[in-house]
Amino acid sequence: MIGLLKRDLSLAIRAGGGFGLSLAFFLIFTALVPFGVGPETGRLSEMAAGLLWLGALLACLLSLDRIFQLDWEDGTLDLLATSPLPLESVAALKALAHWLTTGLPLVAAAPVLGILLNLPGAAYPWLIASLFVGTPALSIIGAFGAALTVGIKRGGLLLSLLVLPLYVPTLLFGALAATRGAQGLDATTPLVLTAGITLGAAALLPFAAAAALRVNLR
Amino acid sequence: MTLRVSDLACARGPAQVLASVSFSVEAGEALILRGPNGAGKTTLLRTLAGLTPPITGTIMHEEDAIAYAGHADGLKAQLSVTENLTFWASIFGTDDITPALTAFDLHPLADRRAGELSAGQKRRLSLARLLVTGRPIWCLDEPTVSLDAENTARFATAVEAHLAQGGSALIATHIDLGLSNARTLDITPFIAKGLPASDPFADDPFVGALS
Repeated sequence: MIGLLKRDLSLAIRAGGGFGLSLAFFLIFTALVPFGVGPETGRLSEMAAGLLWLGALLACLLSLDRIFQLDWEDGTLDLLATSPLPLESVAALKALAHWLTTGLPLVAAAPVLGILLNLPGAAYPWLIASLFVGTPALSIIGAFGAALTVGIKRGGLLLSLLVLPLYVPTLLFGALAATRGAQGLDATTPLVLTAGITLGAAALLPFAAAAALRVNLR
Repeated sequence: MTLRVSDLACARGPAQVLASVSFSVEAGEALILRGPNGAGKTTLLRTLAGLTPPITGTIMHEEDAIAYAGHADGLKAQLSVTENLTFWASIFGTDDITPALTAFDLHPLADRRAGELSAGQKRRLSLARLLVTGRPIWCLDEPTVSLDAENTARFATAVEAHLAQGGSALIATHIDLGLSNARTLDITPFIAKGLPASDPFADDPFVGALS
């Protein structure tokens, strides 16, 4: 099990692994926002928390199709399906590897990019906390979507269309936690709900992803 | 370690490919599958490996006994030869990759990235994976593709050694490997000819859930 996680992590950081792409996208997205909505710090700081959440979500979406597609193309997924590892844990481990290489760097980058958008000081702990507990849900839901679309050539767009609506609750509560934090209000409730979505997704979706993989491997 | 198959019917997608396949493979024995292109050799091997559920019939073997090797090599181009094998060894819970490197003469290539190997070298690495699985029944689909004569002989030696240790093998191939304890099974009589592709949505999980 650790072997699969280690392999996915080392593949991600080697040439062509795509590590850093999401991070770069997040940076560019944040840097483009003032061009779109104007540079007034007051308006930016009002929207900053929501925009950072939206940017992190879109950056996460960018690398989802790599979760299973590459392994499917070179035949590794067939071999993994016949290995002693249950496909449920393959799906869970791959979602975890995706979060470690995509979600976690985004959490680390968010406070730095918060300065670019003039995020109010009180919002920083809430933004980091809500991204930290919310981004794992993005990876797990994304892994489920990737399992559904594995084997479809150029399935990336279809994957985005499938996954984006499923991201709504996470975005809603995660961004609400950060926004309430920015307004100096208590944000415990939305934060706990975000964590609840993550835990629920982690408990259920690996099974759904494994079922989808089994159908697609036939 | 015996593999017993009785009255098996296999499908590829919605179409039934093979019907009433029955055979058994004993420990220490190799079964060579023959048949024209499209006869269903790959489908049969994928069904045995558990990737495709059979339509009817039974497949009996001990749990976690089958090691499958298909057309695709299943290698990661960015990882070295050693890293690829170590990964599979960790997945299958074995730890020594040296016999696998030796059997397919991969020691000189051990530190090369798999992406820099030739097609034949990739195939050797992919076959070496079988040795680190530690599983007794090998299901191999055209294992000698892109191997030269010397390495085909090397592969035959590895299969012989596996059989001598009480393993067994099912090999779909068009060439003669010269194995001592091998039977040949021509699957042409089992081709499900003229059988209609029953219900095209039979394996559709969404339709199944609705009805």
